[in-house]
Amino acid sequence: MTPLQVCLLVSAFLFAIGFAGAVTRRHAILVLIGIELMLNAANLNFIAFWRYGAHPEALTGIIFVLFSMALAGAEAAVGLALVIAIYRHKETSNLDEVKELKG
Amino acid sequence: MIWIVKNLWLIPALPLLAAGIIAVNKQPARKLAAGLAIGSMALGFLLSLCAFAATLGHHGEGAFRETFSFNWIQFGGQWMSIGWVLDPLTAIMLVMVTFVGMLIFIFSVGYMAHDKNFMRFFNFLALFASGMLGVVIANNLFLLFVSWEIVGLTSYLLIGFWYHKPSAAAAAKKAFVTTRIGDLGLLLGMVWLYAQTGTLNFYDHGHGCMEASALAGMVSKTICGGMMISTAIGLLIFLGAVGKSGQVPLHVWLPDAMEGPTPVSALIHAATMVAAGVFLVARVYPLMAAGAAPVEHGVPVTTALTIVTWVGAVTAIFAATIAVAQNDIKRILAYSTVSQLGYMMMGLGVGGVAVGMFHLITHAFFKALLFLGSGSVIHGCHEEQDVRKMGGLKKYMPVTFVVYAIGMLALAGFPLFFSGFWSKDEILHHASHWSVSHVPFYLGCTGALFTAFYMTRQMGLVFFGKYRGYEESSHSAHAHSSSESHSHEPHESPAVMTVPLIILAGFAILLGVIGTPAWPWFDAYLNGELAELQIKFSNLAASAGLMGASALIVLTGITVGWMLYGKRQRKTAAEKDVLEAAQPAIYKLLENKYFIDELYEATVIRFNAFAAWLCDFADKWIFGGAVLLVKYLTVGASWLYRLTDENVVNGGFDAGCGSIRGGGGILSRLHSGRVQTYLRIIGVALVALIIFLIWGRKA
Repeated sequence: MTPLQVCLLVSAFLFAIGFAGAVTRRHAILVLIGIELMLNAANLNFIAFWRYGAHPEALTGIIFVLFSMALAGAEAAVGLALVIAIYRHKETSNLDEVKELKG
Repeated sequence: MIWIVKNLWLIPALPLLAAGIIAVNKQPARKLAAGLAIGSMALGFLLSLCAFAATLGHHGEGAFRETFSFNWIQFGGQWMSIGWVLDPLTAIMLVMVTFVGMLIFIFSVGYMAHDKNFMRFFNFLALFASGMLGVVIANNLFLLFVSWEIVGLTSYLLIGFWYHKPSAAAAAKKAFVTTRIGDLGLLLGMVWLYAQTGTLNFYDHGHGCMEASALAGMVSKTICGGMMISTAIGLLIFLGAVGKSGQVPLHVWLPDAMEGPTPVSALIHAATMVAAGVFLVARVYPLMAAGAAPVEHGVPVTTALTIVTWVGAVTAIFAATIAVAQNDIKRILAYSTVSQLGYMMMGLGVGGVAVGMFHLITHAFFKALLFLGSGSVIHGCHEEQDVRKMGGLKKYMPVTFVVYAIGMLALAGFPLFFSGFWSKDEILHHASHWSVSHVPFYLGCTGALFTAFYMTRQMGLVFFGKYRGYEESSHSAHAHSSSESHSHEPHESPAVMTVPLIILAGFAILLGVIGTPAWPWFDAYLNGELAELQIKFSNLAASAGLMGASALIVLTGITVGWMLYGKRQRKTAAEKDVLEAAQPAIYKLLENKYFIDELYEATVIRFNAFAAWLCDFADKWIFGGAVLLVKYLTVGASWLYRLTDENVVNGGFDAGCGSIRGGGGILSRLHSGRVQTYLRIIGVALVALIIFLIWGRKA
């Protein structure tokens, strides 16, 4: 197994964990955590392809990941704000009960 | 062309403008309304004097006559032209109408002072003056007809001025409808005249319908029975004059017209409007006289003029007898007006334009005087019109008494000093020389006797004896204090009312001067000759006999009247009339105006009512039935349409909409709103996609 393959396996495993969490969990914050895990699995892929790819000197992977992490931070902030707003409104954070887009 | 001829239109336009301005102003502007109306009449009077001056001094070459015409409406290839004419006939009428009108307007300021519709009154009066002056200046039968109808309209409006009184409203309708009958004749005559001559202009430099070439054309053609077309047209036009001037048998509206305010009766139903019929006959006199056998001197005799004479003579005696038995002060004067209009018509028939017009002018002044005098009496007696409840007013209203006496003497034709004597004498003089028959002369003389009698009766009842007005009130309320009963006494009218009366009285005396046999200025003026002062013995002798006879007749009438009503006064208002006591049957006949109204009621009106009922029946059941049928057909058809619409058309759409809605419902279930379900589907789909990509590539 090459180092790349190992990295991809790890990232696939990480993604699977994140997806399973996002799909199965009822609590909104845990779903958010699952989404973060999936994002980081993708980041890991970026790094791995850059490091073992054709042009490791070009720093492209790192820049992608930095952008991605900044996005993830922003997304987490928005997501948490949404969760809080929903909780205030509905007195719950159970996603099964939050199924209507209107009011 | 003199400037006044070109600007003659200003005279009727000024009151029209005044009427317009009054109409758009708000109610309280009383002074403005009266000022505008009187001012426009005063200006019109000045212009009329200019016009009058322009017509003076043209003798030798025929009467002065200038016209001004312009094209107005085009129909087909022809133009209807309208215009105005200035000749002695127009000028003398203009001066009379504006002057009498002005005085009556001034009088109205006092008479109508307490009326809340003061502005409306002056608006109508000014409109009337405009129409009347339009009739006078018209050089065109069409323009004359339009003005004629304006005058008829204002007459209707003013008779019904107090429209809240049912009798006034009915009188207004009666006047309007009755004169319409005559106007139909006028309209037909006008259309026929146009068909015959192709013009309605009276005078148009040889092309007008009153000039020789057109008249010759109409004389040469005859209709059935050898009647000349000119005669037929003339009689149709005369029918209009009969309606307007209250001649038998269309006289019924004029006495009822006294329901209007007294100044209106004076202006419209005594001095000017009713004289318009006489004026019309004078205007179309050439048409009436066309085709007469050539006469050396004297007047032409034609069928049309003969009929005019007879109608006039019958009206004169007929109305004079009715006036004897009337008790309403204004009604007596109204019948007297009808009678005098009959004299005018008779004068036109037997003596030509000058004779009839002379009586018209003098009558306008003294009859306006009498009506305004009666207005003053009514005003002074607190709106009492019954002569039986007056009496002794000589003491309370001295000014009114004197001027009324002058008017009465002028109307009765008191010899030598009053205008009515000269003008009536002229008519009788010509009637006695009329070649067709002498009956009109005797009718006229008898009428003169009655005139003197009923006027004396009126004077005796109104001004002499004791005041009988407060009999009832003093019976019912004896306890009233003396000061209160004093306020019930009649009082003299204010100066704004008496001054016009005095001026009119002056003219009622003086106007006779212009038409005496010794100096026939009026006759000469209208014919464009020079009047010479001809105090020749032969002239005087010819007319002296007749004058003496007519003076005798008048004096007899006055004496008999004085014996019956002046010396021997009635004691109470309810007492029977002297004549009624002596001849109850005749008195009743006269009091009820020969039952003419009842006759019309039983014949014309009943027939009319039947026709109206028939029309109503046809309208309701035949035409209305057809309309109803169409209505039900439409309703049935629309009911059918609605059924189709609701069940077929709408049903199809409803079904389509239902199925689409159902489909939407099914699809909307996919949107459960559960985020994690969406995520799950995305995951499954992603996996399926990857598997498809991998295996698809391998394959």
